Amino acid sequence: MPGKLKAKIVAGRHLPVMDRASDLTDAFVEVKFGNTTFKTDVYPKSLNPQWNSEWFKFEVDDEDLQDEPLQITVLDHDTYSANDAIGKVYIDIDPLLSSEAATVISGWFPIYDTIHGIRGEINVLVKVDLFNDLNRFRQSSCGVKFFCTTSIPRCYRAALVHGFVEELVVNEDPEYQWIDRIRTPRASNEARQRLISLMSGELQRKIGLKVLEMGGNAVVGYLQCFDLEGESGLVVRAIGTACTLDKLIPGTGSNTITHTNTAPASNACNSPSKEIKEPVFSEDPTHPLSVPPTPLRTLPPSSSPPPFSPSKPCSRQSSSSDTDLSLTPKMGMGSGISVGKEAGPLKTLLRQQAQSALEQREFPFFTLTCFPPGFLVHIGGVVSARSVKLLDRIHNPDEPETRDAWWEEIRQEIKSHAKALGCHAVVGYSESTTICEEVCILSASGTAAMLNPRFMREGCLDAGGSDQRLSRQPPLGMVGSERAEGEVSSSWLGFDDASPPSCGFCHIPYDEFNMPFPAQLTYCYHCRRQKVPDVLFTTIDLPAEAAVTGKGCLIQARLCRTKKKAQGEVNATAISNLLPFMEYELHTQLMNKLKLRCMNALFGLRIQISVGENMLLGLASATGVYLSALPAPGGIQIAGKTPSDLSYDQHISTMQKRINDTIVMNKELYNIHPPECIEEVVGSPIPDRQRSRLFRSTSESSDELSELDLSHGKKDAFVLEIDDTDAVEDIQSLLTDAPMPAGFYSCNTEVMPGIYNWTSGLQMFTSVRVYRLNNANLTNQGLNKIFTDLCENLLKSLYFKLRSMIPCCLCHLNFTVAVPEEELIQVAVTAVAMSFDKETQLAADKALNEGSGENEEQLQFSMELCGESTSSNNQPTAKASGLPESAMTHSSSRVSSSERCSPLPEVRSRSLRSTRSLPCGAPVTVVKMTPLSFLPMTRIVKYLGIINMFFIRETTSLREEGGVSGFLHSFIAEVFAMVRAHVAALGGNAVVSYSMKECVFMENPNKNQAQCLINVSGDAVIFVRESDQEAIPPLITSGQTSTTGADGTT
Amino acid sequence: MSMELDVFVGNTTIMDMEVYQLWLDGLTVSDAVKVRMDEGALLECEANPEVLTSDTMDQFRTFQMCERLLHSPTKLGSQLLYQIPAQNQIILIERYYEFDSVFAREVLGKKLSKGTKKDLDDTSCKTGITLKSCRRQFDNFKRVFKVVEELKGPLVENIQRHFLLSDTLARDYAAIVFFANSRFETGKRKLQYLSFQDFAFCAGQLISYWTIGAMGAPTVPDSMMEDMDVDLEKEFLNELKDLKVLVNDKDMMDQHKILVCAALRGKIKVYKLMEVNFKNLSRALINLASKLTHTKDVRDLFIDLVEKFIEPCRYDRWTVAEITLFLTHYTNAAHCLGTFRHQMIWDRYMGVIKSCILQMYHE
Repeated sequence: MPGKLKAKIVAGRHLPVMDRASDLTDAFVEVKFGNTTFKTDVYPKSLNPQWNSEWFKFEVDDEDLQDEPLQITVLDHDTYSANDAIGKVYIDIDPLLSSEAATVISGWFPIYDTIHGIRGEINVLVKVDLFNDLNRFRQSSCGVKFFCTTSIPRCYRAALVHGFVEELVVNEDPEYQWIDRIRTPRASNEARQRLISLMSGELQRKIGLKVLEMGGNAVVGYLQCFDLEGESGLVVRAIGTACTLDKLIPGTGSNTITHTNTAPASNACNSPSKEIKEPVFSEDPTHPLSVPPTPLRTLPPSSSPPPFSPSKPCSRQSSSSDTDLSLTPKMGMGSGISVGKEAGPLKTLLRQQAQSALEQREFPFFTLTCFPPGFLVHIGGVVSARSVKLLDRIHNPDEPETRDAWWEEIRQEIKSHAKALGCHAVVGYSESTTICEEVCILSASGTAAMLNPRFMREGCLDAGGSDQRLSRQPPLGMVGSERAEGEVSSSWLGFDDASPPSCGFCHIPYDEFNMPFPAQLTYCYHCRRQKVPDVLFTTIDLPAEAAVTGKGCLIQARLCRTKKKAQGEVNATAISNLLPFMEYELHTQLMNKLKLRCMNALFGLRIQISVGENMLLGLASATGVYLSALPAPGGIQIAGKTPSDLSYDQHISTMQKRINDTIVMNKELYNIHPPECIEEVVGSPIPDRQRSRLFRSTSESSDELSELDLSHGKKDAFVLEIDDTDAVEDIQSLLTDAPMPAGFYSCNTEVMPGIYNWTSGLQMFTSVRVYRLNNANLTNQGLNKIFTDLCENLLKSLYFKLRSMIPCCLCHLNFTVAVPEEELIQVAVTAVAMSFDKETQLAADKALNEGSGENEEQLQFSMELCGESTSSNNQPTAKASGLPESAMTHSSSRVSSSERCSPLPEVRSRSLRSTRSLPCGAPVTVVKMTPLSFLPMTRIVKYLGIINMFFIRETTSLREEGGVSGFLHSFIAEVFAMVRAHVAALGGNAVVSYSMKECVFMENPNKNQAQCLINVSGDAVIFVRESDQEAIPPLITSGQTSTTGADGTT
Repeated sequence: MSMELDVFVGNTTIMDMEVYQLWLDGLTVSDAVKVRMDEGALLECEANPEVLTSDTMDQFRTFQMCERLLHSPTKLGSQLLYQIPAQNQIILIERYYEFDSVFAREVLGKKLSKGTKKDLDDTSCKTGITLKSCRRQFDNFKRVFKVVEELKGPLVENIQRHFLLSDTLARDYAAIVFFANSRFETGKRKLQYLSFQDFAFCAGQLISYWTIGAMGAPTVPDSMMEDMDVDLEKEFLNELKDLKVLVNDKDMMDQHKILVCAALRGKIKVYKLMEVNFKNLSRALINLASKLTHTKDVRDLFIDLVEKFIEPCRYDRWTVAEITLFLTHYTNAAHCLGTFRHQMIWDRYMGVIKSCILQMYHE
């Protein structure tokens, strides 16, 4: 019985009128946890009741604490009839279970009802007393931290990255239970909300257990999804990356290293092998300390070993770095092995074990998209797998074997694809489903990569690792010293002097003479030592250290395919037959659009395929960039097959001219001015063919189809033959993409390469559109046009809406498409608009151009370094922490300049103003929301816990609520409000890594009804402005306001 | 193909203040789009009519959803549904409660009842303000009236506290509430030339000098000051009867006239006419004062001023400067009358009357 949950109901405000006669309400509150319920007194005749209740105490298992939400129901007392429910508040207790997150939940929560929406607010206080639990067989995993953020959270460092964790739980959907026939939709929806809340709690607990088993203490990149399978049930599944995180003490850069000594990270998982040498992927034979070669054993036996070099003992690094030395006490079980000594035969053996550690993992997958420097060694390309399944009822919810098996299958496939690419791991990994009737498409995708196994074995990801990530900033005028930086960091990274971090990840991981697919290789344009492909597709974010020329932009490929209506098996077969063609066309579109923008790499690639009854939608989004290390892309050539007709020739040449003009214009627009280089194509076995990094397959019911040949037959890659009607369509779609209005940039990744001086101005938004296709007999081409126009118009509307923020960049533009009904297409977008400083941007652009397109550090924001860097500047560990000193001095100078140009801290000035002008109690805490993992010009000082909320809203008076748009508009606003309220109650002032995972909208205009489900998630944090020298956590202030607010009303 | 649903929701609620004005003006979405196009909105951000329509619809919907909160502006600051920066909240409220003075002039002094609301379409036709906008303005008047009617304490401060309006706007509302409460006659043809601002000024004068709250309020305990700004002070109105002595006592009247004439001789062009008319003018003002105990006569205050004083002066082509001089000396001369003992009342009365007449004396 290891926990006591305490809740106190303080007051309510703005309650709805429940008694027409008196225009007042007699409200009371039920507080429920598990099976225990408490009630407050009735506070008669008031819309602003002051219950000021006693502390309701629940003595519960910590298992329940994790699974169950605290349920607060506000009711109107009625003497003669049944009490009417006003609404509910579900409070997730989880943030209180971790010592590092929030300590108290206190604040105003919107009272939510599935029919009426938000109906007033209630002030609640919640605390948890946890007793120490020494039970080894416990079922709870209290204290494991969860992060939606897909990078190592700022203010933590990763001591160890354990790897992939996954779990799924299934249940019957209450909406499809027999009781649903007799109860009201409202009761049914409440049951669903409660159930899903419970299931996500359970899921999180189970994943936490797995993490504890692995020896970790946190899950990063936690991605939870719902599959509403209708009659066959409800599946809640989650994936994530288990890590051991150590908290960085803010403002004490070097102290963090001492701090890690005490971290109880060591566990069965970091086996004896951990402290040993680095396997080094280097062809440089000059290392004095090199030991006998240890080939990486990550490749499938079938493929020949890649040209990996002799490994270099990591002891060299260890002895050179204070960090590593200081970490030695951590090696609990490996205590028998001395650390600093040179390699002996035993060591070699252990190293090999370490090497294979990654391989032994069932799924070497990582949901992360941003990595500490040095983590990512090489990138192979995108791997993806899809599988079409027929849903049937889940017979035994406790043993969801079929669903597990399905995912297992897909993951195996991904793993084998990665192997074929010569990679031992998959990063930026994600899974998704699309369901239509009883057909379900499971999809998984990621980026095949070679990782530095050091990070998976041992806590030698020194403080610099997360610091570096933390502190992406534009060192203006930094370009000159870039070379020095390269040296410093490569020796620090210690794996490969030949591949500087700015290009190393582009080097091919696979064997150049036995390539898994046709590709054209050249020597890296950056270091000239290793081979690179000509195009690179990835699902991850652009690595901070990558060298990029110019700016990036959002690239989308859109596709619509009609399908005959069918049932069951036939339908599934029809869909799986269509999938490969869709993928192929999406890929071609992406490639063409990339060329048109004169870019050579895609990051954050996300391909979504959505099934409807009579059509399939495909939408691929990615951020295109020009990687300096990769060769310049060639243009696009149009050729006609029968060049006999003169007018036809003319037509072709006009088209060609338009394309060429667009390319020139885009180069200017995205500031792409690569240095002129001599083309040196090196021996590619199959030259002159389309080079594709996209590697995928489609399988249906585990019958794997043969791999697709993605090359355009034997044709040259960039020649589009317009005799082919498809190609005409391609060209049309190429040229119909409207350019962005001046002052706007867009990307679907965390940040835009080439923009660094963000201001604090940001605006997160969600936009949803539903189109009805009135004409049932549309051709594929007609549909494509409609779909493309829909997306383009949506973007145009967004630009117009956000024009007051110019110059600005729409970051993390995340499109979700769905076919909710026949003839309906739904597109939902969540993104953040961030404005940047034009003046400094111009200066930076100039510096960038002078510096021949090298900007490996420009991606870093100086503002975020702040006190840490200055303090660590004086420390001998500065080098070990991975921050080149030159960068630090620059950063500190940037801090001062940013202070100068930055206005008053927004939050503060706002609250000042509002207290002056709105003398109505404590002002509402401003809570910022962003889908990114950071807020510009600020520093995150604390993570308060994960926000994972699920809401259903229904209406039977659609017209009265302003139609479908009015209904959804207020629902989304309500969801935002509830997220903000929960964050504020935890003491936070922002949500990072926010995403709307699900937005299922159903309507029945004839019955005047509609219903919508929304699932959102994110990380609640406290941030402080960079300009604030003293970090004052808003926790204190918000605590005060809420208590004063409560006192004031009593 | 048709757009079935189209929403945009920002974490910080985006509000375009130009569109807000169009919404407040009661335009339909399509009219608003036309106006925006004429104002060159299409030149911004490469917009097209479709984008503009979508944006306008979305903005109108946002305002409509916020309207409920604007009805009790204090809620806007504490509600959680929309995150609106404080400075935007202030603008939202202020603009929502702003009104067209032409409209306010029409409604001024009328009972804020359902009946009046029904006649708003006439008002709309007459003023050229959309019916929707008329209704909003009328409802605002009524809402403010209802809230402050029940409250104790200074009127302007009450309005500011409950509706978070700027000082100027709160004063205008105070005037509207004051007129609606006392039901002053403003609709007569002869009063048509007066603007809302003229009346608002007069209301301000009456509130400042003739109500209970006006004189030495601190001496009266708060609890006693019921409706202190809304109603004229009864006691004062009764005391006004004492001023009759200025016309009833022949000697005093002559004396008064001599003093005024002496002061004005050679200073005003209409001196002759003034000399002839002095007794009539003086009688008009004093009679007005003595009648104010009757509610009916209070209501007719403005029409009486116009008929009995302003019109005769206008007939004789007095200039404003001449009226100013006359009223100043007329007021001051009474102080020199040895037998006149109601100096305090006299000043309190004449101060207001003088400034009202001066405000109202124009074409």
